[in-house]
Order: sequence, then structure tokens, then C-alpha cells
Amino acid sequence: MKLHPILAALRKHKAGTVLIALQIALTLAIVCNAVFIIGQRIERVNRPTGLDESNLFLISQQWVGAPSADTPDGVEKLDAMQREDLAALRQLPDVVSVAPINSIPLLNSSWTGSVSLKPGAQLGGKGNTRTAYYFTDEQALSTLGLRLVAGRAFTAGDVQHQGFRDQRERPIAIITRQLADKLFPQGSAVGKVMYTDGSSAPTTVVGVVERLQIPASGSWGNEFVWNSTLIPTRLDANFARYAVRTKPGRLDAAMRAVAPVLYKVNPLRVLDDDSVKPFDEIRAKAYRADRGMAVLMGVVCLILLCVTAAGIVGLTSFWVGQRHRQIGVRRALGARKADILHYFQIENLLIAGAGVVIGVLLAVGLNLWLMTHYEMSRIPLPYVLTGVLAMLAMGQAAVFVPARRASNVPPVEATRAA
Amino acid sequence: MLGYYLDLALRSLKRNKALTALMVLAIALGIGASMTTLTVLHVLSGDPLPGKSGKLFYPQLDPQDMDGYKPQGEPPAQVGWIDGMALLHAKRARYQALMTGGAVPIQPAQSAIEPFFENARYTSADFFAMFDVPFLYGHGWNAADDEAGARVAVLTRELNDKLFGGKDSTGQTLRMDDVAFRIVGVLDSWRPTPHFYDLMTGSYSADEGVFVPLTTATDLKFAHNGSTDCWGKGFSDNMKTATCTWLQFWVQLDTPAEAAAYREYLLNYSREQQALGRFQRPPNVRLRDVMGWLDYNKVVPSDVRLQVWLAFGFLLVCLVNTVGLMLAKFLRRAAELGVRRALGASRRSLFAQLLVEAGAVGLVGGTGGLLLALAGLWLVRRQPSDYAALAHLDLPMLLATFAFAVVATLLAGLLPAWRACLIPPALQLKSN
Repeated sequence: MKLHPILAALRKHKAGTVLIALQIALTLAIVCNAVFIIGQRIERVNRPTGLDESNLFLISQQWVGAPSADTPDGVEKLDAMQREDLAALRQLPDVVSVAPINSIPLLNSSWTGSVSLKPGAQLGGKGNTRTAYYFTDEQALSTLGLRLVAGRAFTAGDVQHQGFRDQRERPIAIITRQLADKLFPQGSAVGKVMYTDGSSAPTTVVGVVERLQIPASGSWGNEFVWNSTLIPTRLDANFARYAVRTKPGRLDAAMRAVAPVLYKVNPLRVLDDDSVKPFDEIRAKAYRADRGMAVLMGVVCLILLCVTAAGIVGLTSFWVGQRHRQIGVRRALGARKADILHYFQIENLLIAGAGVVIGVLLAVGLNLWLMTHYEMSRIPLPYVLTGVLAMLAMGQAAVFVPARRASNVPPVEATRAA
Repeated sequence: MLGYYLDLALRSLKRNKALTALMVLAIALGIGASMTTLTVLHVLSGDPLPGKSGKLFYPQLDPQDMDGYKPQGEPPAQVGWIDGMALLHAKRARYQALMTGGAVPIQPAQSAIEPFFENARYTSADFFAMFDVPFLYGHGWNAADDEAGARVAVLTRELNDKLFGGKDSTGQTLRMDDVAFRIVGVLDSWRPTPHFYDLMTGSYSADEGVFVPLTTATDLKFAHNGSTDCWGKGFSDNMKTATCTWLQFWVQLDTPAEAAAYREYLLNYSREQQALGRFQRPPNVRLRDVMGWLDYNKVVPSDVRLQVWLAFGFLLVCLVNTVGLMLAKFLRRAAELGVRRALGASRRSLFAQLLVEAGAVGLVGGTGGLLLALAGLWLVRRQPSDYAALAHLDLPMLLATFAFAVVATLLAGLLPAWRACLIPPALQLKSN
């Protein structure tokens, strides 16, 4: 089929042609970027924390009228209270292991600092890597379900305790593989020495775990999201958090058992609805905004495609109605039904083709604009190409019904007055 | 004439129901999406204290050491105890309040209620007068209570309802972290949005339930919530001497002259502290008012702004769609328009007639958009975000919805109507 007659006909419908092409271009630009945002959010939400997330829950509690953590005497008393709690929780029939911990991935309550290969390095200076600390004890690895890839786990003898605000030397630590690779690109990190928070006292790496996310789920933590450091220290304050791993399928039972047993140990404490939380709830809360945004974007894209498709159907139907007589003439002169069908399909392909060319430019432009104003990266080519194909396919699908109606115009139409 | 045009428009719209429905739906969807996101943005970026916010200022100083010093850097977002207390006692403004957030365990007297945590605000006395906080019962405390570290507390209406069933609880005792406090006042409903006076504890999160004097809370070492930024020796067990910023300081300055004088005072204070050797950096002060402070902190979540842009892109596509459909619709009626022209109607009146038709589509689309926006806001309120409960359509936004829909559709109708008016009447009559 020759393109010339199609182009000649389009020239008579400039406004309509331009409008459809423009609509396709805008739709492509918006949908490409929206789908890209959805993809980024889904990627964020689905990244594994490194924990074995099932059968895991977290207790956050505070004592009432607890001794002050600012005196050595108070610290000892608080530590005794914490150890009592841990012993009681570890006795529970459904519980496998319990670790005191200052935070947990996705909880968004972080203790961050920096590690360096040199002693006394300035905080935030050169050669420093940011990290988030988990202060915990020898049951941390089994409780969190972390995979040790080198070195050893903490032993009970490693575990120290300190007041929440005290500064104390950290003789040993376990770090994540990501952090190990950054600090010690050559060879194993185990046995090597690093310095935390600009301290001049060395910290020896005794083990490396496969993966452990930092507590911050927001974008501000993106650059050090896998750089966690585990320190074998119980922090003593008037509040405490315990991570609890339960036997498979016994999560609910174990969670119900927590409040009575802790109140029995010491009734002077606050445990409210938020105090005992399964890990999947912590995960859902951390990512709810991302999830909502992805759903919203998805719905908008879908409606946008429907509106554009409906627009194409509407305008093509109008053209078919307008050209009723011409179609009849073509049929009478020997054009087959398929020829008429193809005519409208190719016409749509031409318009949509022009639309997607402008659309690709708009999509890239929009992406660049979003990059300067929001946290966005450059849109990858496959997204744009998929968008282009989707728009062309949508155009063809939308044009099919009016085009078939056109192909059904009988040749006798040519003899009737318009 | 308008009545006649309306009649014509309705006839025309009825003739092709599918096309009309499509146009109305496109407008309704576009307007609904735009108004939903705009309302959320409007609520989130609103003025927390209309009429008063221009007089409230947030002074900032730079007491840090020379580590990491950059000229023209921003001073810390909060103040430390020493500077906060110095500015508070200087009383250079009409009102001034030093405050921070926290959480306290509340031990209700009734055994029916288990102890629970309540968000608290530790503040000096002027907080209530400066922010025009309404009282249901009693009153706030005074500067003497601040000085004495008095064990007094003010409850919000919600907490008073929970603990005392809404009765006047002033004079009663409330135990917090094993310390007895005397309740001196109960607030009436008060929730400034955003939570401008302390953005560190969430810009839109539910507010604190109990207020106690800052001095009392610090003496009792109540848990402090929010951000603590330290330098030098940093963290210490005594927050009164620690080189950390962890307090918000607000002042009320009624006139621009007072604000200018206060800024000068802050500079002088910085110079004086520098001369004493406490401050090492050159004087670097800020004095932003409420809206300036909110802008600077970019409190509106970027996702919300992104959603507004998305919705406007969506509306644009819907409008282009409507332009196309209207073009088809108007041009199809070339014959009818030709007859009207031949019978003496001017181009201008034809144009007016077609725009009335476009306006009618806009009005119906606007109504649909309003319903969709209400549905959209209902969905937003069901989201678990901090600001969900605030998403309500107010009257200005409601009127704006209609105006927006009609104007948008009229704009969309301009091109098709103009094209339709250009049709030469004779040609149309002849071909028929």
C-alpha cells in the first residue's frame, strides 16, 4: 500500500492528527516515567534485609522509675534488669532465641557512625565509611537469622555492657560483607583492625555476615544501606529492645506470652499495643508510602491509557463517519475489505509513530526534569522502548473497532448522496 | 440568548451520548485526580496559625567549633541549653518559649487503664500565650513555675478525655515516670498543621498529649525525642552543659522593626559569645518566620508534590483528549452550523454557542470531578500516613474545582469552536 494517499488525507485533518499524536506523546512521557518510578519503588520494597524475616518479632519496652543510666551504679542495676528480662524470655516454650538489640532493619531508629582504617580520623572526613551500629549479644546471629560467611560469631565472653550515653572501647565487631569489601578490598576482613567513630582504640573484625540492612529505610540511608556493624554490647537505659525468634508457626503464641512474663519479672514498665511487633509489620510500615505511591502511579497509568485509547476510538470513528462515501467509492473501485482495514491501521500507525517520536523526547525531558527536582535516576532504555511498543500496540488495538466498521461499508455507499 | 444556547447544547450533547459521556468522563477523571492531589498539597502546605504566623520567628545561632566550618553555611536547626536559656531570660521579644519533644510513661490512677506512653512537650511558660493555645479548663503555668522546676502539667483535651472522662481535672494529680504532677490546665482541641514548632518529631504526626515545664523535665531527665546534634566533646550525661543542640526556640515579634532589632540582638549576642570564646565561628544567625521555616525545611513530602505533577500531566492528557473529541463533534455539525450562519447568525454568536456547549460539558465534568475528588480524598484518609486524617475538601477548594473544570473545558473548546466557525456557510448548504 502506498503511503501517499494516507498522508494526503491526513493533511486535510491536521488538527485531529496533531491532537492524537500529542495525546500519544504526552501519555508515553507520563507512563514511561510513572512505570519507572513504580519499578524503582518495587525494587526498594523487595530488597531483602538479610534477616530471616519469618518467625521474628521485636519487643520495645520502657521501665517506669528506672535507675539513672548516668551513674555506674544505675547502669549495673539496669543491666541486671535487662538480663532478668532476657532470661525470662529465653525460658518461654515457643522461643528459640532472644537478643537485646538497639534497633532492627527498617525500624527507622538508627545509631549511625563512621568506620575508618586510621585511628582518630575525623568524623565525616576522607577515608571514612558510614555505618549503622547494632548493639547486641551472642544470640544475635541466630535470632536475626544472619548468614556468617567468614570468621566467627560472638561468644558470651565477648559481650560487654555500657550505659546508653557512655563512650566505650569496642574491641571486636562483626561487619557485613559490603562493608568488609569497602574497607578491605584485598583479602579477608577477619582479623583486620578498624577504628570506629574517630576513636583511637582499635576494633578487630571477628566475623563477616552476608547481608544486613541498616535500620533507616528512607532515601537518606541509601549510600550506606548495607554497611552495618554488630557490636557485642548490651546498652543499658531506661528502655530496651529485644529481638525474639520463635519456633516455626508459633509466632502469635510467643507474642501473646511476652506481656505476662515480662510483667511477672517486673511490673513497673510500659508495654503498650506498639511494644510487641512482628517483623512483617515493621516491614509493611517502613514501606507503606512506597507501596501507596506505586499503586497510585499504576492506577493513573492504567486510566491514562484507557483515556487515550478512548480518544483514538472517538476520533477515528468520526473520521470513518466523515469518509463513509469515499470508502464506498474505494470499495466500488475494487478495494477489498482488508485494504480499507489496513488503510486505517496504517494511518493510525503513522500518527502513533509520530506521537511516540515526540513522546520519547518528552519522556527523556521529563525524566531529566524529575532528576533535578526529585530523587530519580536516568530512565533506562528498555523502559522507553517498552513504552513505545505499548503505545503502538494500544493505538492498533484502539483503531481496530472503527477500522473494521469502515471495512464493512458496502460499495453501494458510493452511489448515495452524502 | 444564553438559555437558547444552553438548549442547543443539551440537544447536541444528547444526540451523541457516547462521545458526550467520554468527554465528561475524561474531564471528571482529570479534575478529580488534580483536585485530590491539590487538596492534599493545600492542606499540607497550609498556614498552621493563620493571622499569627507572620509574627512568630525562629532564631538560629551557630555555636559550633571550627571543625567542618564552611563560610555561608546554615546554622544548626536547634539551639543548646546555654544559648536557649540566655535568649529566653533576655526577654527581648514580646513572648519567647524554649521547648523540645519527649515521651513520658503515664501511670493512671485508675487501675483499669494500663500505664502507657504519651508524647510530651517540655516547654517554657510563654508557649501557650505565644501560640494562642485555647484552654478548656484552667490555664498554663508561669515563669516562676519554670524557674522553680514546678511539678505541673497541662493536658490536651484528648488525654483528659482518656484519663478523666472529659471532666475538669485541674488540681488533680497525674503520675508520670513515678513523679506526681499537679494538673493546672486542659487544652481545648488544638492541632496546628503542620506541626511547625517542632519538625523533628514528624511534620504532621499527632501532637503531644501532655505539656510540662522544660526545667522540670530536664531536672527529672525525662526522655527527649527528636534530634540531638553534637560537636566537640558532644554527648554528656548532663544535657545542660553538653555541646549539643536539641531545643527549639520561638519568639513573637509584632512588627518588622522589632524583628530587625531582634536580628541585631542575635548578631550582638553571637559577637559577645565569640569574644568570650564560647563561639568560635563568625556570627551566623537566621530569623525565619513560620512559613519561611516550613519552606526552608521542605516539610511537604516530595511524593505529594510528585503526585500533583502526575495529576496535572494526567489532566493535560484528558484535556487534549477532550479537544480532539470536541473538534470531531463540532465539525460533524458543520451542516447545522452552516444553516445557522446562512440564517444570519454571526461567527461571534456561533462561537458563543459552541463555547456554551463546552462549558456545559465542563460543568457536568466538574461535578463528576468533585465526586471523584471526594472519593479520592476518602481513599487518602484511609491511607496510614501521618497526614491522612487531614485530607478534607474545604469550601475554597470546592469552588476552585468547579471554576477549574469550566475554565479548563472552555480552553479546550476554543480551538474546536474556532475551527467550526471558519466553515463557509455556502459550501455546507451546497453539499447538502
